[in-house]
Amino acid sequence: MRLSGKGLIDRSQNLSFQFDGHTYRAHPGDTLASALLANDIHLVGRSFKYHRPRGILTAGSEEPNALVSVVRRRGAIDPNVRATVQEVYDGLTARSQNAWPSLSFDAMAINDLAAPFLGAGFYYKTFMWPRAFWEKLYEPVIRRAAGLGALSGERDEDPYEKAYAFCDLLVIGSGPAGLMAALTAAEAGADVILADEDHVMGGRLNAETHEVAGQASADWAADTIARLSKMDNVRLMPRTTVTGAYDQGTFGALERVTHHQNVPVDHACARETFWRIVAKRSVLAAGSIERPIAFQNNDRPGIMMASAVRTYLNRYGVAPGGAITLFANNDDAHRTAVDLQDAGADVVAVIDSRTDAKAQGDYRLIHGAQVCGASGRKALEAITVRTPKGEMAIKTDCLAVSGGWNPSVHLTCHMNGRPTWNSAIASFVPTPGAIPGMATVGACNGTFSTAACFAEGYAAAKDALKELGLTAPDMVLPDAEDSATRVSALWAVEGKGRAWLDFQNDVTVKDVKQAARENFRSVEHMKRYTTQGMATDQGKSSNVAALAVLADATGRGIPETGTTTFRPPYSPVALAALGAGAKGKGFAPERKTTSHAASTQDMDAPMIEAGLWYRPSYFPKSGERTWRQSCDREVGYVREAVGVCDVSTLGKIDIQGPDASKLLDFVYTNMFSTLKVGRVRYGLMLREDGNIMDDGTTARLGETHYVMTTTTAAAGPVMRHLEFVTQALHPEWDVRIMSVTEQWAQFAVAGPQSRALLNDLLDAPLAEGAFPFIACGPVQVHGIPARLFRISFSGEHAYELAVPSRYGDSLFRLLVARAEALGGGAYGMEALNVLRIEKGFITHSEIDGRVTAFDLGMERMISAKKDCIGKTMAARPGLVERDRQRFVGIKPVGEVKQLTAGAHIFLDGAFATAENSKGYITSVGYSPTLGHYVGLGFVEGGASREGEVMKMVDHLRGVEAQVEICDPVFFDPDGEKVRG
Amino acid sequence: MARLIAKSPLAGHGAKTVGSVTVEEVDLGALTSVAPFKGQDKACSDLMKAAHGMALPAPNRATGKEGARAIWFGRGMALLCGPEPDAKLASYAAVTDQSDAWTVVSVSGADTVEVLARMIPIDLRAATFKRGHTARTMIQHMTGSITRVGPDRFLIMVFRSMADTLMHDLETAMESIAARR
Repeated sequence: MRLSGKGLIDRSQNLSFQFDGHTYRAHPGDTLASALLANDIHLVGRSFKYHRPRGILTAGSEEPNALVSVVRRRGAIDPNVRATVQEVYDGLTARSQNAWPSLSFDAMAINDLAAPFLGAGFYYKTFMWPRAFWEKLYEPVIRRAAGLGALSGERDEDPYEKAYAFCDLLVIGSGPAGLMAALTAAEAGADVILADEDHVMGGRLNAETHEVAGQASADWAADTIARLSKMDNVRLMPRTTVTGAYDQGTFGALERVTHHQNVPVDHACARETFWRIVAKRSVLAAGSIERPIAFQNNDRPGIMMASAVRTYLNRYGVAPGGAITLFANNDDAHRTAVDLQDAGADVVAVIDSRTDAKAQGDYRLIHGAQVCGASGRKALEAITVRTPKGEMAIKTDCLAVSGGWNPSVHLTCHMNGRPTWNSAIASFVPTPGAIPGMATVGACNGTFSTAACFAEGYAAAKDALKELGLTAPDMVLPDAEDSATRVSALWAVEGKGRAWLDFQNDVTVKDVKQAARENFRSVEHMKRYTTQGMATDQGKSSNVAALAVLADATGRGIPETGTTTFRPPYSPVALAALGAGAKGKGFAPERKTTSHAASTQDMDAPMIEAGLWYRPSYFPKSGERTWRQSCDREVGYVREAVGVCDVSTLGKIDIQGPDASKLLDFVYTNMFSTLKVGRVRYGLMLREDGNIMDDGTTARLGETHYVMTTTTAAAGPVMRHLEFVTQALHPEWDVRIMSVTEQWAQFAVAGPQSRALLNDLLDAPLAEGAFPFIACGPVQVHGIPARLFRISFSGEHAYELAVPSRYGDSLFRLLVARAEALGGGAYGMEALNVLRIEKGFITHSEIDGRVTAFDLGMERMISAKKDCIGKTMAARPGLVERDRQRFVGIKPVGEVKQLTAGAHIFLDGAFATAENSKGYITSVGYSPTLGHYVGLGFVEGGASREGEVMKMVDHLRGVEAQVEICDPVFFDPDGEKVRG
Repeated sequence: MARLIAKSPLAGHGAKTVGSVTVEEVDLGALTSVAPFKGQDKACSDLMKAAHGMALPAPNRATGKEGARAIWFGRGMALLCGPEPDAKLASYAAVTDQSDAWTVVSVSGADTVEVLARMIPIDLRAATFKRGHTARTMIQHMTGSITRVGPDRFLIMVFRSMADTLMHDLETAMESIAARR
């Protein structure tokens, strides 16, 4: 029911929203919870396990009950939204969760009747047997019955983003303590970030009727926020929850950017921003959370926290009931009765468990009494009050409860800190120094009066400023209430029936006691046995009371019992926000070669990814129906005429300096100091453990100048390796390395017509007999300085021509046109692969990280004349045994002519089981040159099996074939063509 | 006679303005990595001063000015931007042409720092990252270089091959910030 003349809502504007299909009215400034209460809706959800009717318990992010799904459009549903934090906007559509067929009549409420059997540990004890039933039957059934909201199952199309922010002082929470800290630091000139999860800053100043400096507290807060907002060194972050504290002053924070707006589908603005805030100092002013008192049926809709009733009254102008009662164990809660009466609401009675409690206004106080029961199912109808004289019933539709306050210590525990018990407030407070650089102030520190909050906020800012080298301004702290905290612990009222501790997980006092009885006495064990403190609210309202009950049941004190571990995030964060920017095109950079446009737009080549690079798979021609037809044709270009292929993706590393040769001799197994200038050599690089790291060619461009080529995928790792060697192993060497991969567009020109093609293009044609195999040197192409290397990955007479990348697109088009004129053309990765398999050349399919030079038959490439990385380890006995799986060629010889990569090799006639595997196939291709499949692989004994017929079995694809082990070089074994 | 046509990394992408932020490709001229050999830092710096008007930059700093700038480019390395390097430099340093290896854009306008805060995990506040400051850092998922060259203007460099991704990531952030305003 809305009261006139109160609250911070804008009554001049009406908003309309839907809940479970019905349309209601609200005002700007309302949350969904306040709007529902204003419309006298108390039943908003069903509980997790027993499907009990539930209402709104709190007015903040700790809400365990009032979880709804917000339906933004088809396929865009936000489950488990706390009605207490969802701002109402025009057109907001929300629906209740975990109820079928309707919230009012929920069929699964039958669980509530079965409650005697469904207590703590029920699932663990009941669904043990038969074992296979757990996954297939029990778990799905339980999951359907118990639950929160559901995801839509559709792709999340909304934009999310991540962002970084830096400041001198991060203030978390904008209540009186946080505001004073922020204001002090801001006046001193520090860069300040003030973050608050609420959309209106000011914390409880907006929910109380105190005066601050002679003004209404909310007005003082608004004025102070306005003042801060005008300062350049202050960033105000409302709707931003600081979710975690991490190393070195780093904090995670979730900003809900458009949750309060009805945004169009294609709106570019991020829905949520996940911030990483790095602060030199921080002040935690997170406030505290009022805790319930457990008694029979204390979960009925209409039973709320006393502070929440005050918030709804003072901030939203809503009276949550017509005949309101209050149950408390502390002085603070009495303000609720006073405020209600001042607003003209009917306060039926105040029940205070303390015998010495005093009324703070003209209302009926029953002291030394406890509420021991509630009646009414979907709405509260009456409470039972137990006094020393006996029990009596009081009719009421809203009971405000306060069991005292639990400081929000969560963030101080994120780096393994444990809070300290403070008996004066009967709760835990942060342990100083738990987070380096963080001070805790105000209610989260156990300091509750407004005046004391101001003082603590100021003092913490002053200390932080001193550490930052700044001077705090003299501030006159505003006058504010300064009442003492008076509380007498009361966790649970004795009595029959179920008394709720954890509303979200349906955990009762009985469950916790049962856990203790069954020896789950550690608080961590109790949590897992009962599920107390799990799910979206993480036990914000229930943790302290639950462990107090556990302490009592196990005969220990509360501090000895201890708390469970608070971990980030403080409140739920969507995975979409954590992974923001990393879907679709944002997933990983796309590296494109200079020939990308020509290959894709003009030649329709399908691309495959190699590392982050995009490379053409093949270049289809009209009339070709399968990739194999294109591949066969392209292989033919290279074997018969001339082919052109972009090889720019291979890593290129420029190595210069007097000690360049030493570096190469050390990282390669073979010798490079003896390489002549103007020549290229193939090299093998080992890891420290003796396995092969990478291979490639290195050219000597000058006496102290080399350019190393790596494989595409290993370009980064090899660069890192060289950095490690030059920084850590041999910092005394005078050698400089830098990547030039992107500087050069490099193209393989391969085939018998390759020289003819080049001579057509080079400013100075290559003379007959000049530029032999493995030569390299500078050339000019149409006046552009270029580099030419006579190397071959196809076994043909071949070159690689490199030009500065700006000319790559142009040169590729030119090379392809010339090649086509000579009966050849462009070839892609498929053809490149077939060509190299025909020649027995390796790629990372072969050198997969578990393969040694010995396995490849390249052990003689490990020079005996010098040391190199991996040499010693490669000589370990296990790595040089004759029966290791070693490199071979494989060809089909039976009925089935197909080979598949990944298949295993078995003795012909042996069972194809894992233990019988004699080796495996790493690469296959159909060789149009030879007219059959060719494969490379590793087989026990290697070359000693040449000529042996074995069996290939591909269990995954269901292919089996007879194969013959052969030499891996299928084509031109003497290498005549490459030198030709 | 046929000739080779030069294409810049972002050829085809014009300048793009969203909200208050503009991104456009920049041609800095020749880009040359200069990595002084052992003990040659001073000689190299003196020569650069004499030949090109700027000293070898200290870590995280850029020296020189528009048209002839040296940007710290990692451990023991600077990127000379603009002039063709003096031939004598090669006696003191490993000198390597990188003119074609980098996509270079300028990002400018009132909300630039807000846009870049969506992509770059370092502190770019004006008081901390001043004009002439530079860093090698992550730019979304790319490794790159960022230099402040004006109150609201930065140079950003990533590998040439990642030009399209840089534009995609920048435009996404620019649109998001513009939509907030």
